[in-house]
Amino acid sequence: MRRSLTSAALFVSLTGAAFAQGTQSFDRIERGRYLAILSDCAACHTAPGGAPYAGGLALQTPFGILVAPNITSDPDTGIGNMTNDEFLAVLHEGRGHNGKRLYPAMPYPAYTKMSDDDVLAMRSYFATVAPVSNRVVSNQLPFPLNIRLAMVFWNGLNFTSGRYQPNPQKSAEWNRGAYIVEGAAHCGTCHTPKTLLGGDKNNVALTGATLQGWFAPDITNDPRKGIGGWSKDDLVQYLKNGTNKWTLASGPMAEAVSHSTSHMTDDDIVAIATYLKDSGAAGAGSKPEPVAANNNAMRAGEAIYKDSCAACHRDSGEGEINLFPRLAGSALVQSDDPTTLARVVLHGTRAVSTPGAPTAPAMPAFDWRLDDAQVAAVLTYVRNAWGNAAVPVSADAVASQREALRKSP
Amino acid sequence: MARKLPAKDVVIIGLGWTGSILAYELAKSGLNVVAIERGPWRDTATDFPPAYAQDELRYAVRLDLFLRPDQQTMTFRNNASQTAMPIRSFSGFLPGNGVGGAGVHWNGQTWRFLPTDFNIRSHLEERYGKEALPADMTIQDWPVSYDELEPYYDRFEKLCGTSGKAGNIRGQKQAGGNPFEGWRSSEYPTPPLKQGLGATLFAEAARKTGHSPFPQPASNLSEAYVNPLGVKLGQCTYCGFCERFGCGNYAKSSPQTCVLPALMRFPNFSARTESEVTKINLDSTGKRATGVTYVDSTGKRATGVTYVDTSGEEWEQPADIVLMCAFSFFNVQLMLLSGIGKPYDPQTGQGVVGRNYAYQTTSSVSLILKDKILNPFIATGAHGMIIDDYNGDNFDHTGLGFFGGGYMGFGQTGARPIQTRPVPKGTPKWGAEWKKATAETYQRACSLATHGSSYSYKDCYLDLDPTYKDRLGRPLLRMTFDFHDNELKMSAFLTERLAEIAKAMDPVEITASPRKGPYDSTIYQTTHNTGGTVMGADPATSVGRRSRDQRAQSLLPELGRAQCLCARRRVGVPAKSRLQPDRHGGRAGVLDRRRHS
Repeated sequence: MRRSLTSAALFVSLTGAAFAQGTQSFDRIERGRYLAILSDCAACHTAPGGAPYAGGLALQTPFGILVAPNITSDPDTGIGNMTNDEFLAVLHEGRGHNGKRLYPAMPYPAYTKMSDDDVLAMRSYFATVAPVSNRVVSNQLPFPLNIRLAMVFWNGLNFTSGRYQPNPQKSAEWNRGAYIVEGAAHCGTCHTPKTLLGGDKNNVALTGATLQGWFAPDITNDPRKGIGGWSKDDLVQYLKNGTNKWTLASGPMAEAVSHSTSHMTDDDIVAIATYLKDSGAAGAGSKPEPVAANNNAMRAGEAIYKDSCAACHRDSGEGEINLFPRLAGSALVQSDDPTTLARVVLHGTRAVSTPGAPTAPAMPAFDWRLDDAQVAAVLTYVRNAWGNAAVPVSADAVASQREALRKSP
Repeated sequence: MARKLPAKDVVIIGLGWTGSILAYELAKSGLNVVAIERGPWRDTATDFPPAYAQDELRYAVRLDLFLRPDQQTMTFRNNASQTAMPIRSFSGFLPGNGVGGAGVHWNGQTWRFLPTDFNIRSHLEERYGKEALPADMTIQDWPVSYDELEPYYDRFEKLCGTSGKAGNIRGQKQAGGNPFEGWRSSEYPTPPLKQGLGATLFAEAARKTGHSPFPQPASNLSEAYVNPLGVKLGQCTYCGFCERFGCGNYAKSSPQTCVLPALMRFPNFSARTESEVTKINLDSTGKRATGVTYVDSTGKRATGVTYVDTSGEEWEQPADIVLMCAFSFFNVQLMLLSGIGKPYDPQTGQGVVGRNYAYQTTSSVSLILKDKILNPFIATGAHGMIIDDYNGDNFDHTGLGFFGGGYMGFGQTGARPIQTRPVPKGTPKWGAEWKKATAETYQRACSLATHGSSYSYKDCYLDLDPTYKDRLGRPLLRMTFDFHDNELKMSAFLTERLAEIAKAMDPVEITASPRKGPYDSTIYQTTHNTGGTVMGADPATSVGRRSRDQRAQSLLPELGRAQCLCARRRVGVPAKSRLQPDRHGGRAGVLDRRRHS
């Protein structure tokens, strides 16, 4: 061990490569591997069926397509030739090869919070990932958005580089949770509402946002629209197994669970839960009047629900734990943005399979059977029955969701 | 010419109940396992969601989930004096197809054999004398006892989450259960299903006439349940669309709902669907199976050529262990086509492959009651109240002129609009009168049934047809089968007993229909076709057995730690829903060459 450190130092001085001492030590690499899981790098950088971290996955952003680059150790088409400082700049400053500015589809506004030591541990890990020759052209945005220099202005408005600063008034566990949520796990990238330019609206952090045809729900402590009704253990179960007594993870969150959260240590999951259960607006926002039961849409919706939904979700809306999500009292059902609801009813969705909950049950599609008015009615019904209360859903909203799904299923 | 694929440790033929359970155990132990399934992948939400699963025309009448004869069929004759003809449309029995096999569309009736079923010959001879059984009745003892198999029955029921009420826990009789059942190590995993009025009336009448009714053991779950593999099942909704249908509620036990979610997580397991195994390859000594040859089954398709689905090409998949987990018929056919084992010759009685084909002998008693609202459409595949008083040798057969028996009772699985149109005797078969009678009778009519045994005979067997070939040019399997007097007398007896109980239900009309010969392969009974690969202690009369010896007939290598699974699966499969116990002790399914240590 000592010998290899010495020779590494010798190597450094001979070649000028800026590798820090001990970059090849196993515990560092292992820590980097775990941080890559926390950061869910594979979600974007490993294409389905592709070699690990070899890039090639196309991301549908609101601004156009970006393709995740190859971050294997290939010196030519990957990051094999990247120095430590360059790697730090990627995550902390959003600067890529040769200083080119990255788009925040790479969530550097979150990763900037990660410590130097953690980022360099990841660098050590990525140096061990098998090199794959795969040249990726990342920037496929339309003109003029594909002018990277424009990111200078975007960063000026929306980005502040800086490491996470612990809150001395909170516990170590809380701070660990905050470090993960705000940094590596970059939850806000999906769950925080965005400005027109795609920056985070930090004053309403984690209150929900729509991306890629899914509404990532409010994960603050709002009792009606967020996870205020969830216990800490509910949240732990959800992150670890992809399911709890309320719901099952599907869509993009299924992927986050299967690649990332289900592989986190129990301590880290509990830390995340500690932080999230202590965040955001508890009791904020007033409860709207529920739509009256004798409203036409409600009566139609109730009949449709009985025929099409009650077999699994039950007349009472309680569903079945770990199998059919509970609709009564569900925050997702009552969210202002019904994108996920409409999508799930039209197209169906499959729950994640994890070691703790392998079943992966699926909701079937109903787009062939229910027209826009019927979907709107049944959604209005589930959003306002059993003590739920939320804005009704219009047939037009369902129609545009159906059209969007037709274009990109 | 077959192209050779990289070798696997295990190749499994057929990914139904047996195949998926074995695949799970072997993949879990670390072996590289590939399953080759003739039919398509099937998934609950994609293929039979509640939105359209309950489509009687599509599934019950047009048999959407079942094997199509142009993919594979067989020829049938009653006896050797006839020429067997191909079955061009399945109606008397309905072989399944696809991943999950019959486990997708079975009723979920989950029975255990009686303890005496395991040593049926020696038991009957001991009780009734060595000369009591007909000379041409070829039943024999199994090489395994109920006691040895009980832990595996228990394990299977827990895998399924079967709903029921135990009648005998370790020798202690339990009120409300079946007093005749073999001892159980534990109660059923979930409570019995709720019974409708019809079953309740039957149970009252059965008790009144001195019988012991109990709820039918059902793998339609009475409540949500997590099985030992961590897979969750839902609660049955009593929708009345069970047999022939997939369950959209995750509430019917099947490979899909019990095993596949856990199995598919193993990276060392893979499945190839729409690929049909044509042959089991043997090495040059003929003593050891070396793998299988299979042909992708959708070769007629015009879409491009892919590795698994559509090439129509022959692939050779080498493996150290070959598990035959197809349905009984097709295991036998594959053995005969591959030259494994000595084919049975009914003239000499020599040979084992194809020997002792058996079926089932069912009958019914239909009733129309007065002033009752039975709501027969509220049903599951396996609810109902049953009596075992006349099953097996649970009653004294002295002087009756037959052996065997069956369970019987109220097990109506639904009352669907196309196929369930009871009307009183003498009603015209169409027109205004018929419509009126249908409407008036529907709520008051019900059907009781007997599920009787089918013992094995020298002249009931399977072999290869000399004339007809399948689409790949291979000889079809030929079935030679008829009822014997023993079975017809048994059916008459059981039906009379059932009719007596039915009379105690105070019907306005009763119609007893005992099974009549000759066996007609177009009249539906069940798909409880058994036999052809008898399991026994003597290689002269069995294909599979437990033995330490290396014998010429046993061509498949040992399964090592998977040994007991084979026995458990073969016998522990819910017999009444898929295969009627054939009383000779044989059941096609997994062939194994086990060493019991």
